[in-house]
Amino acid sequence: MTDSSTPARRPVEDRPVRVVSARPSFGLRLREIWDARELLTYFIITDIKIKYKASALGLLWSMFAPAATLAIYWVVFGLILKNNMPAFALFLFAGLLVWNFFFSVIITSTSIVVDRAGIVKKVAFPREILALSTVGTSFIYFLIQSGVMVLFMVAFWRGPDWSMIWLLPFSILSLAIFAGSLGILLSAINVYLRDTRHLIEVALQMWFFLTPIIYSFEAQVSKRLHHVRGLNLTWLYLLNPVTPTVMTFQRVIYATPVVQSLAPGHPTLTVLPTWPMSTYVILNLGVLAAGVALFALAISVFGRLEGNFAEEL
Amino acid sequence: MTAVVEVDQISKRFRLYHERHRSIKDRIIHPGGGTYTDLQALDEVSFAIDSGQTVGILGRNGSGKSTLLKCICGVLKPNSGQILVRGTLAGLLELGAGFQPELSGRDNVYLSGSMLGFSRKDVDRMFDTIVDFSELEGFIDTQVKFYSSGMYVRLAFAVAVNVDPDVLVVDEVLAVGDERFQAKCMDRIRQFQLEGRTIMLVSHNADQVRSLCDRAIVLDRGRMIADGPSGDSVRIFREALMGEGRPSEGEAPPAVSVMIESVSTATGRFSARTNEPFNFEVALSATEPFEGYFVLELHTHDGTLVARTDPTGSPVSLSAGSQRLGVGLPELPLLDGDYELSVGLVSAFGHSVAAWREQVATVEVAYDGRASGLVPLAPNVTMY
Repeated sequence: MTDSSTPARRPVEDRPVRVVSARPSFGLRLREIWDARELLTYFIITDIKIKYKASALGLLWSMFAPAATLAIYWVVFGLILKNNMPAFALFLFAGLLVWNFFFSVIITSTSIVVDRAGIVKKVAFPREILALSTVGTSFIYFLIQSGVMVLFMVAFWRGPDWSMIWLLPFSILSLAIFAGSLGILLSAINVYLRDTRHLIEVALQMWFFLTPIIYSFEAQVSKRLHHVRGLNLTWLYLLNPVTPTVMTFQRVIYATPVVQSLAPGHPTLTVLPTWPMSTYVILNLGVLAAGVALFALAISVFGRLEGNFAEEL
Repeated sequence: MTAVVEVDQISKRFRLYHERHRSIKDRIIHPGGGTYTDLQALDEVSFAIDSGQTVGILGRNGSGKSTLLKCICGVLKPNSGQILVRGTLAGLLELGAGFQPELSGRDNVYLSGSMLGFSRKDVDRMFDTIVDFSELEGFIDTQVKFYSSGMYVRLAFAVAVNVDPDVLVVDEVLAVGDERFQAKCMDRIRQFQLEGRTIMLVSHNADQVRSLCDRAIVLDRGRMIADGPSGDSVRIFREALMGEGRPSEGEAPPAVSVMIESVSTATGRFSARTNEPFNFEVALSATEPFEGYFVLELHTHDGTLVARTDPTGSPVSLSAGSQRLGVGLPELPLLDGDYELSVGLVSAFGHSVAAWREQVATVEVAYDGRASGLVPLAPNVTMY
């Protein structure tokens, strides 16, 4: 505080300079996002706190929907349609864990700029972090669900494949980059085309069935795509960037690729591909590469669309 | 002197859609995307603000003031040009814009501090000052949704002015809280000035700009028409935007055009003595007969409004052509000093200004006594 009788100039010469221009450079955009990392953590904490305060059961309540989904698929595919897979609930859980994370990032980030119109119109901050905050929030729910899954594993008395367990953080991180980038892209598009959200809901539904979550890749997909008019089209199926992460989680958590079938007369059942670890590493590196490329694309598209957010909302 | 805000040829164009197609379905039905007209909200505006200046931005509704501030804050991106801001900038485009109703006052202080670009450490350091300033000690852990609107804006303002920004950008948000809190806000702004911080302030209130700012920028339809000492800019703002009889938005254009040609006195000098009569003449020309009222204003040098007369007390009736008005003040209850005289005519209906001359003359008031201040007071002191 300065004494009021001697007005002193604040030294501003060495203060950092911020540039507002029509087309900020890519590097500048990245720096602004990095500088807003603290705000990003606030957004995430705020989201969780609000959800927690909104109902008495708080976070526990947010676990209800994933638990119900798990129960429904387990009843339908495990009990009624009988896929004869032992510990099917665990297999299902491993895949749903990843899918729930991806789904929640995409569905919330698509409408997040529109939902937060109040601050987007009045407060200056890099708007990309709105979509990124959904990655953080979803990741926290992912961690909670992972905790529940550990309880499941204890209940089934099955351990993970310890030799490959290090792949899990790498794999979910790669998917997080991909999901966050897609979220950034969709959050900007939804400002201009408000029914994007509805299309995304439908697209995600199809996407879910294109991912080996309720069925086994090895048992259902691999054989059918291996010889389509003499061509091996398995790679086409593996282009889905959610698939490698889902399969990595199934491989590590379900752990045993070949199991004893529950059905009489079929002694073994190949649930998971018997690939070596390197194949999983390569697949996950592919997701990471796709994520980084999409991130670059999303940031530059977002930059073009962002200029008019305040007036479009 | 270092420029803290450099605005370099900023242009911003808005598309005003007559019919907006904002869904994929609509886009398919109407491939054109809707009809629109372009509105040039800002047209090649350039200026630089030095460290420690307080700059007012004046303009009518729709002149681009708020667009300019939004661009400076970074809420809107200009179509062309660039803005450099040195140091931290706290933009108050709307008080409490980033507040989350479900969170406590404490959480919101940190959240909105962070949105203004300050780290947790910065806010930690200022937290007690912020709470003191907002006068919400007992409610800081209450959810903000239970706050009254006054409490809400008090907290928001307290955050913005206490987080230690280099530049404060304020968009007509100074009218918050009760009168006492407003005075406190103004005090805080003055303290800001003393600390050598830079302030940009948008206001409709020319008097406020004149008394707070040392410089003012006038915008008209996206173009900068004046940039200079606030007294000069306020004069240009009033003359150019009202005095010429140009209609401001939403007002019918005045039917007749009246011009104030000059203001003079019999002696040729605008000097007066305290509590003695002061007379002057106003030379006018009107294109058609005009019925209306005469208004005069006196300001001190530093922009404080000393007096604005009640127009209904002085009706005038002009015929077409040139004519003179005699204006007499039976006694001038002012102490010695220089007072800036502004005169104008307002129409009989509503209060649209038909003619205005800002600071046409400086009235020098002489006083022989020993009283000081603006007005002479002669207390009767009785001993019991």
